[in-house]
Amino acid sequence: MQEYFYLLLSEIYKILFLLVPVLVSVAMIVWLDRRVWAFVQKRKGPNVVGPFGLLQSLADALKYLFKEIIIPASSNKIIFILAPIVTMTLALIAWAVIPFSEDFVVADINVGILYIFAVSSLGVYGIIMGGWASNSKYPFLGSIRSAAQMVSYEVSIGIIIINVLLCVGSLNLSDIVLAQEKIWFIVPLFPMFVIFFISALAETNRPPFDLPEAEAELVAGYQTEYSGMMYAMFWLGEYANILLMCSLGSILFLGGWLSPINIYPFDLIPNPIWLILKILLLFILFSLVKAIVPRYRYDQLMRLGWKIFLPFSLFWVVLTASYLLYFNLLPVI
Amino acid sequence: MIVHAIFFYTFSLIAVVSAIMVTVSKNTVHSVFFLILDFISISCLFIMIGAEFLGMIMLIVYVGAVAVLFLFVVMMLNVVQQKNTSFESDSDGKHIPIGLLISLIIFFELIIVIGGWKYKPDLLNSISLNISSELTNTHSLGYVLYTDYIHLFQLSGIILLVAMVGAIVLTFRKRSGLKRQSYFKQISREKVEGVDLVTVDSKKGVNIDV
Repeated sequence: MQEYFYLLLSEIYKILFLLVPVLVSVAMIVWLDRRVWAFVQKRKGPNVVGPFGLLQSLADALKYLFKEIIIPASSNKIIFILAPIVTMTLALIAWAVIPFSEDFVVADINVGILYIFAVSSLGVYGIIMGGWASNSKYPFLGSIRSAAQMVSYEVSIGIIIINVLLCVGSLNLSDIVLAQEKIWFIVPLFPMFVIFFISALAETNRPPFDLPEAEAELVAGYQTEYSGMMYAMFWLGEYANILLMCSLGSILFLGGWLSPINIYPFDLIPNPIWLILKILLLFILFSLVKAIVPRYRYDQLMRLGWKIFLPFSLFWVVLTASYLLYFNLLPVI
Repeated sequence: MIVHAIFFYTFSLIAVVSAIMVTVSKNTVHSVFFLILDFISISCLFIMIGAEFLGMIMLIVYVGAVAVLFLFVVMMLNVVQQKNTSFESDSDGKHIPIGLLISLIIFFELIIVIGGWKYKPDLLNSISLNISSELTNTHSLGYVLYTDYIHLFQLSGIILLVAMVGAIVLTFRKRSGLKRQSYFKQISREKVEGVDLVTVDSKKGVNIDV
């Protein structure tokens, strides 16, 4: 019994050691997002609370905490309350398999990439539940849009992941990173990286694909009826998902925790720092896209996903497989 | 081992209870949510017996795609008003005997399957496949599917493709009078064809929509 107790304690310690930094960095990343957005538009952005406005997100969170939670009378109460909880939980549990260095990962499972894929495909439910349970037109329309969009772009993300897996020969995330010691997959699979980036934008409902929350048509999409802490949970889950997609992109294509230059002053920098820098780089790209690109129309979005990305990434799977087979480069188990 | 047992009974209890709730719950959308819970706990059971690949595929395919479509259909039917009344009124309960009959048949089939498995302990030895226990089960599944059973595997893929084509053909209808956008046309438009200087006759106008 004693050993189980200690095992449980050490696991909880490990999980907290991962989750608390993730939650804090989500708050910081919201600030970064707004600053980059403001920078592009020649504004200042949030710069009042704390140094450089760094504490703005904490102030916002405090505001949400003390706001009243309003549950619509005609809503389906249990599902209405469950929806933000589901979103938040799913956004956080996926972090269990993200490797920050070779031995710094909470659960080093065999099918890590499938696990992340499964969890991100479950993310649809938080949105559908929220939209349906609100029992109101705008949230329902928003949630249907969002679900269709996420299901469509998941297909192309899955096929892009197959491209990477062909070069690795394992579903373990640490193996995927270690396979990139010679060359990062962004070099041979560059078109796949571009498509992955765009699909990740669509998957996380970021602009230019933020149709589920298109404020001109749908007020705020599935979040319309939410207020206070429940709204904040949706919002935290959304940003945690964006961070997750960024880290997935850096693990699949940018060499994860591996350092780009392995010479003297640079190899002193610990591995997790490199992963965090890569995640930040991808996230800044995410927020630059938000600031620069106008919103897509819905039929164009669907056309892009099904008629362009899907055939192209399928073609690239055939190309990668034939290349590896012809030059006898297929990974040996 | 006791932790293993606790997890097993927790997941199987959730699975059984949610499977019952699928049929009993009055709101159809709730039924679908219970079905999703059922799928998730079954995939947890898969992972517990070491079939992590099957468990994850179960999550991705059934929960991530199939159940989303279920939910779509059920939500579109506007079932908030429709209630499952078969357990409330006795007058309309004529389908209950049929349901009982079917569930009895399924129950006996399950008994035959499980009983047959139990009384044939050399079943595992009779499998001609040589599966190494050192490989992860993703690799060993791949070895079996893409070597010994490649034809069956491809065949099932083709059957799925035919079903997909059939579904698209059944729902596809060509509507006339639609003005579709053609991206190539829009991009390849030149200034010469786009702008035209017309001298308009007085009181006659021009027809724009050519």
